Order: sequence, then C-alpha cells, then structure tokens
Amino acid sequence: MSPLDSDIAHLLAGSMVLVSFLLLYQDRMFALLNFFAIHACVLACSVGWQAYMQRAPHLFITALIALLFKGVIIPVALHRIVVRLGIHRTIENVVSIGPTMLFGIALVGLSIVVMLPVTQSAGAFVREDLAFALSVVLLGFLMMVTRRNAVSQVIGFMSLENGLVLAATGARGMPLVVEISVGFSVLIAFFVVGIFLFRIRERFDTVDLQALDMSRGE
Amino acid sequence: MSVSVGTAALTGLLGIPSLGALLLVAIPSYRVAAPLNVILCALTLVSAGSLYSHRPEPSLYLLVDDVNTVFLIVGALVGFTTSVFSAGYIAHELQTRRLRSRDLRFYHAMYQLLMFAMNLALVSNNIGLMWVAIELATLTTVVMVGIYRTSAALEAAWKYFILGSVGIALALFGTILVYLAAEERLGQGIKAMAWDHLAASSAGFDPALLNLSFVFLLLGYGTKVGLVPVHAWLPDAHAEGPTPISAVLSGLLLNVALFALLRFKMIMTGNSAVISPGPMMVTMGLVSLVFAGLMIYRRRDIKRMFAYSSIEHMGIITLAFGLGGPLANFAGLLQMVMHSLMKSGIFFGVGYVCQLEGTQQIADIRGLTHSQPLLGWLLVASVVAIAGLPPFGVFTSEFLLVTSTFARAPWLAILLVVGLMIAFSALMVRLHGLAFGATDKHHSLAAFRLAPMALHLSLVAIAGVYLPGAVVAWFRHVASLLG
Repeated sequence: MSPLDSDIAHLLAGSMVLVSFLLLYQDRMFALLNFFAIHACVLACSVGWQAYMQRAPHLFITALIALLFKGVIIPVALHRIVVRLGIHRTIENVVSIGPTMLFGIALVGLSIVVMLPVTQSAGAFVREDLAFALSVVLLGFLMMVTRRNAVSQVIGFMSLENGLVLAATGARGMPLVVEISVGFSVLIAFFVVGIFLFRIRERFDTVDLQALDMSRGE
Repeated sequence: MSVSVGTAALTGLLGIPSLGALLLVAIPSYRVAAPLNVILCALTLVSAGSLYSHRPEPSLYLLVDDVNTVFLIVGALVGFTTSVFSAGYIAHELQTRRLRSRDLRFYHAMYQLLMFAMNLALVSNNIGLMWVAIELATLTTVVMVGIYRTSAALEAAWKYFILGSVGIALALFGTILVYLAAEERLGQGIKAMAWDHLAASSAGFDPALLNLSFVFLLLGYGTKVGLVPVHAWLPDAHAEGPTPISAVLSGLLLNVALFALLRFKMIMTGNSAVISPGPMMVTMGLVSLVFAGLMIYRRRDIKRMFAYSSIEHMGIITLAFGLGGPLANFAGLLQMVMHSLMKSGIFFGVGYVCQLEGTQQIADIRGLTHSQPLLGWLLVASVVAIAGLPPFGVFTSEFLLVTSTFARAPWLAILLVVGLMIAFSALMVRLHGLAFGATDKHHSLAAFRLAPMALHLSLVAIAGVYLPGAVVAWFRHVASLLG
C-alpha cells in the first residue's frame, strides 16, 4: 500500500467524521436530510476506495448500496414524509448546539484514545480507520440523544450505522454476510420506522417525541 | 444415521417456522391461522427435541452442541405452550375489538418469524449470522409490541426500537473487533467468524482487542438481556404489547441474548491474558437484581411488575454465569430454565386476569382466589414459585447459587441474599392484594384454557422435588463447558 493510498483512505474516513459534526448542528429538517445524503455518499466513496485498495470487488456492492439506498432513496423518501407531515420547521434540541459540539469533540478524542493503543498489532491503517469509525458511531449516538424529533433520531441512527459499515470494511477480508446484512437491516429498520412515523402522526398530529413521553413507567 | 436425523431436525427447526410465516401471511382467517400456529410450533418442538440425541455435522454457519440444545428445547417448549395460550387469548381480544382480524394475520406470521430468528440465533456458528438473527428477532417483536396502536403501545415500541437498535449496533461493533482479533491468527475470511474456530484458538488472539470487544458486546447484548442500566425498554415492551408476546419476550428472547453473551464469554475464557469477563457480569447482574427488586414495590401495573421481576431474574442468572465454575454455572442454567417456564406461565395467568378484570392496574384487581379460584390459586402458586420458595425449582437453583457464592465470595453472597429478599417481599406484598381480599365478582373461565399455565407450574414443581439423573448429567456437562 503506497502512502498516497492510505492518505486518501484517511481523507475519506476523516471526512465522514466531519460530516457527522455537520449533522450535529443542523437546525432545519431539509438541511439535515441533505447532509445525511452527503454522509452516505462519503461513505460510498470510502468503501469504494477500500474495495479498490484491498482488491475486494464485493465491497463495491456495499459501496453501491450505500450510494443508492442511503444516499438517494432514503433522503428522498424522508423528504417526502417531512413535506407531507409539514414538519420542516426548526428541530428542537434537548441540549443546545454549543455544548453538543464540545461533547462531540470529546467523544472523538475518546475514541482515538481508546482505539489506538489496543490495535497496536493491527497495522497503521486499520487502527486509524477504526478510530474514525468509532467516532462516527459515537457522534451518531450523541445525535440520537440530543434530538427530540423522530425523523432526526432516525437519521442519527442511520449515521451510526454508516460508522459501523466503515468499521466493517476497514476490517480486512470480513465476509460479505455482514455488509449485506447491515444494508438489509437498515432497510427493514427503515420500513418499521416508516410505519411508526405514520402511526405516530395518526395519534398525535406531531412527530415530536415529547408528545409520546407521558408514561411515568409505574 | 444419527447425523442424517440431526440434519433433518436442524432443517425442520429453521424451515418450519420460516415457511410457516409465509403460509400464515396468506391465511386471512384467524380460526385457521391460530390452530396452524400451534401445529407449526409443535413440529418445531419435535425437531428441537430430536436434536437432543441426534446432532448434525457442524458447518461454518450452523452448529448444534450441548450448550445450545438446552436453549433450543426450552425455547421450542415455551414457544409451543405460548401458541396454545395465544389461540385463546386473541379470540377474546378480537371479541373486545382491541385487535382486528387483519392485525392477527400479521401477528401470526410475525410469531413464526420470531421463532425462526431465535432458533437461527441459537444454532448459528457464525458470529455475524448470530447478530443478524438477533436483530431480526428484535424487529419482529418491536412490531408486535406496537400492535395495539394505543399511544402507550407506540411509545413502548418506539423506545424498544431505539434502545434495541443502539444495543444491537454496539454488539455489531464488538463483533467486528472480535473478527479483527481473530483475523491475525485464523486468516481473512469466513473462518475468522466461525464460533467453534474462535473458541478453539482464542488463546493466540490479541488480548487488548478482545477486552475492548467484550465491553461493547456486554453493553450491546446486555441491552437485549435487560440488564440495568440499559433495561429501560423492557418494562414498557412487556406492559404494552399483547400478553403472549410478554411471555415470549421474558421466556425466550432474553435467554437468546444471554446465550450470545455466553458464547463470547466462552471465547474470552480461552485466552488467559484478557481481563476476566466474570466480574463485569457479576456487577451488572447484582445491580439489576437489587434495582429491579426495589422497583417491584412501586409498580401499579401488573404486567410491568412481572417485567421487573424478569430483570431481577436475568440479573441473578447473569451473576451466576459471571461467577463461573461448575456449581454456579449449573445453578445459572437451572435458574434460566426455571425462570423461562415460570415467568411465561405467570404471563399466561396475568393475560387472563387482565382480560377478565378489564384492567392492568394492580389496585383495581382484588380477591382473585374468590372470583376465579382455579386461576387465582394457580397464580398464587406461580408467584410463590418465582419468588423462590420451596418446593419449586427456582428455590433449588437460587439455593445452589447462594451456597456456592458463600463458599467463594461471602460478601457477594450477602448482597445477593439481600437482593433476593427485597424482590421476594415485594412480590409477596403485591400478591396479597391481588389474590385475597373481599370481592363480589365472579368470572367464568374454561379450565382447559389454564392447561399451559398448569403444565409450566407442574414442571417447575417437579424440578424442585426431583431432577432426573439424565437432566442433571446433561446440565453438569453444559456447566463444565461454560467454564
């Protein structure tokens, strides 16, 4: 592997972390959807580059799934749902933007501190790739925690799954089973979520989860 | 001969529920679908039972060994009795119009899909395949929890979906790390994900990677087991879904997630350089036990109360397996089987109680032993059994666990006993109000409807008095494998 190859791989994986940060501070629904589409496209590039570098043609399928399904179909579908439900207003955050960003930076630091020492033997490239992937996963979590709206929680979840795909492709020669299953599970997950969004709408006239949060659990 | 019978049984175990799901989608009438569901579950039970004596050849994807046959047989048995209970339960739900016949078509197909996913998770030899199966099981139960479409049911399903997905995502990250650890030794490709290869050669894996992976796996699959602090989905999902689903969740799905955790623990124990997974499991188990015991006191909803009791019992079982060693593992295994049988039996009873009384609020239910004596007394006996009193099987396993803990870690044993006492007294306080007291209500319920509950109770009672030698030998062997 030439230094240029791994530099490009780092650039792409690093861009995913960057786009995850961009997702964190979006306060409009359409902008959020657009940035999710970019997130998925960067993932597709990253996976595609891995496929080329590892001489693993089956990874191109994963890249294609990421590009078409997560980069195009899901954002378009969610866009339509948002329009139909009329919820393109501002997204309500539980925590305001500033602390969220600081917390995000801390999470990226954490994942680097955790991943780099334990993967000493795994080769320079895999180590950094995993650290980036864990950052994307943790930022996805952060987004799910700090958002109140069902649609943005789902986007947080999908950006988290993008991080998992990044990790899985970084692990050399990991069998295809997992990549396809991740794509497949997102498909089903999305299907379920779609049904729920509509049912929530039926009941409450809102997709704001605070309306759901009334049981004290006793 | 025995191998080919085993292959046929394994095919049946996976094929019957998956084809059954397709078949049930096509059947619009619940009068046909409900008995068919029972028949399919019975056939699955026969397949699971024949795996006890006939084992197929292990492949890179599927594996039947002594450990998972215990889970498979218990799972298929509870799946079968629950389908019998479900047939009577849903007829009533249809009458009271809480469910429509369109929902039921969906419900039966999902039930079989859930059975398929759980069986697949148990027999999979590939850690990636196991992950996919557990994710599938999660998604089917999410849909079933939300089937009533009340706002509370939707809230429960949403919470379950989000927390379950987050847990399952953590578990996948842990799985990837295990693969990375294995890849250096076993080479790239499918072999580095096959559990039997992993367990056989884990001694040479990088300990740092294995440590990190187990943290992710414990939190990830621990969410599905319902361990505190990642348990929040469990009480809601149990309380708001249909009662047969509560029975299946408590009796089966929690066990399947625990099984996944045990598989990884077995990989960890093969490597002497890693930090021992035991103390982590013991801590989470103990916290779950004490926390859930305290939570039982304050519950107002009967299904929610028994859901917390499930958290308590999963805590005990996790603690037992975390402690390890032949005796504690034996106790954990027995406790798991007893809990599966007894908790699903309790949910059968609770399902009828809620239908007859028309409420899930504990305060509104009184004097069950007067209004419906058979149901009332069966429930009393079942709750006494789950609380851990003799002569029932739960007592045997808890007694074994407490004595083995006293011998090895007396301080831990004191905490364990305190936790058990908290949960015990909480259940007794609540049971008193439910079962006794004056009431002028009289409910009629055909006695045969209570057969599944009575069957579970009598199995637990028999296990408490006399465990057959073959079962003891079998469990002892599994306990030694678990390390």
